[in-house]
Amino acid sequence: MDVGIVSYGAYVPRWRITPVEIGRVWGTDGEAISRGLNVKSKSVPSPDEDVITMSVEAARNLMRRCKVDPKDIGAIYVGSESHPYAVKPTATIVAEAIEAAPDLTAADYEFACKAGTAAIQTCMGLVASNMMKYGMAIGTDTSQGAPGDALEYSASAGGAAFLIGTADIAARINETYSFTTDTPDFWRREGEMYPRHGGRFTGEPAYFKHVLTCGKNLMEIAGTSPEDYDYVVFHQPNGKFPLRAAKMLGFGKEQTTTGLLSPMIGNTYSAAVLLGLASILDVSKPGDRILAVAYGSGAGSDAFDITVTEQITELRKDPFLLVSNMISGGKYLDYATYAKFRGKITLAEGSR
Amino acid sequence: MAIPRFWRETPSRYNLFASKCGNCGEVHFPPRFVCPSCHRKSIGRMESIKLCGTGKILSYSVVHDAPEDFEMQKPYIIAIIEMKDGVRLTAPIIDCDEPDIGIGTEVEATFRKLGEEGKAGVIHYGYKFRRMNRTPPEK
Ligand SMILES: [Zn+2]
Repeated sequence: MDVGIVSYGAYVPRWRITPVEIGRVWGTDGEAISRGLNVKSKSVPSPDEDVITMSVEAARNLMRRCKVDPKDIGAIYVGSESHPYAVKPTATIVAEAIEAAPDLTAADYEFACKAGTAAIQTCMGLVASNMMKYGMAIGTDTSQGAPGDALEYSASAGGAAFLIGTADIAARINETYSFTTDTPDFWRREGEMYPRHGGRFTGEPAYFKHVLTCGKNLMEIAGTSPEDYDYVVFHQPNGKFPLRAAKMLGFGKEQTTTGLLSPMIGNTYSAAVLLGLASILDVSKPGDRILAVAYGSGAGSDAFDITVTEQITELRKDPFLLVSNMISGGKYLDYATYAKFRGKITLAEGSR
Repeated sequence: MAIPRFWRETPSRYNLFASKCGNCGEVHFPPRFVCPSCHRKSIGRMESIKLCGTGKILSYSVVHDAPEDFEMQKPYIIAIIEMKDGVRLTAPIIDCDEPDIGIGTEVEATFRKLGEEGKAGVIHYGYKFRRMNRTPPEK
């Protein structure tokens, strides 16, 4: 039985800030950091946006694309590392806001930046075993770096939702494979506002080891090689890592450009690989083949081998829903306004 | 605002559920149990309908002296919106500055944080409006 993506929806907040502006405040060479990361600007949510509102926006954009009855959605899973509540699932509010409630199961997922792809795999199992008609997987984050920390130059916000089913598939998931180890490259303890990372440790033994092994093993399982793919998308904590991973696996620039959004919007964490995949689905043709590899610190990778079907054109009738439309036209903030928006300023008791 | 009241209003705050009088056809938002025009004749004939979520600005003003929950967003725009379905409602217009809008500007409903009961309390969500950024639904 075929399992795949029935619809998808993206959301990127409207505000932006540049590494140059952040560097101006901390007395560092923002220009050099921007070049080093290959991040020219990052997205910033409004003060009234959080993982719940952005998940709802992405889920509603998904529903606007297709004719699926929300009552046929049997599961909603939201992957994030910045859920507004420690206890009270984001997924419950999304379910209510798209009128899928109350006859469904829902939960929040956590696996650093790959919680959204873990949710896709869960939904694949649920629909393939006929437990439900559709399952919705969402990856959304509004992650923050501590002021002045290296992460502050790239940590951004965005969300993407995927509807997984067995009928009217717009992109068939041929294979999926995961690779998981215990690697302490990046973490945040309960109650802490900002995450910590293992500095240089985040590169080789973490991101590259997992992404490359996972991508390679998936292609072995699928019996494919890099030239079989029209597009490839990796987790993108900056604009450099995914390009290097692509090169090391044997992919060329023309395969990586479409799914690489971090140079424009920064690292959207749980949404990163999903927004990249959405922007590929926005332009791909029936028959195109896509390799998507997520990465989550801690650490693990999920890889997907995907083939686009004829049905894809049915989902692209509204140009407003395209990722490119959400990325263009961003409004730039200065650091002071950004700090206010992100709650980085300590206020007197009783005000907020 | 008390949690129970906010919770009861979830369908109208999240999804713009309104009421329609089965006697005269009038639409009310927020929803009513009895039609203000037909009174007794409407009892048992009120139906729940979902507004389409789009409309245009009838009038607006810029708020500089904001209540506590909106302190971080001032100045912000609050507008009276005429929905495509014929009802009027008042809501903030977000993601734009005053020069971007005017009377007649087409707007659509979004889902945003409305406020929270302190740092440890419940968070309230619901509709705010922004300039139309999608193909309007048929209807
Ligand atoms: Zn009436």
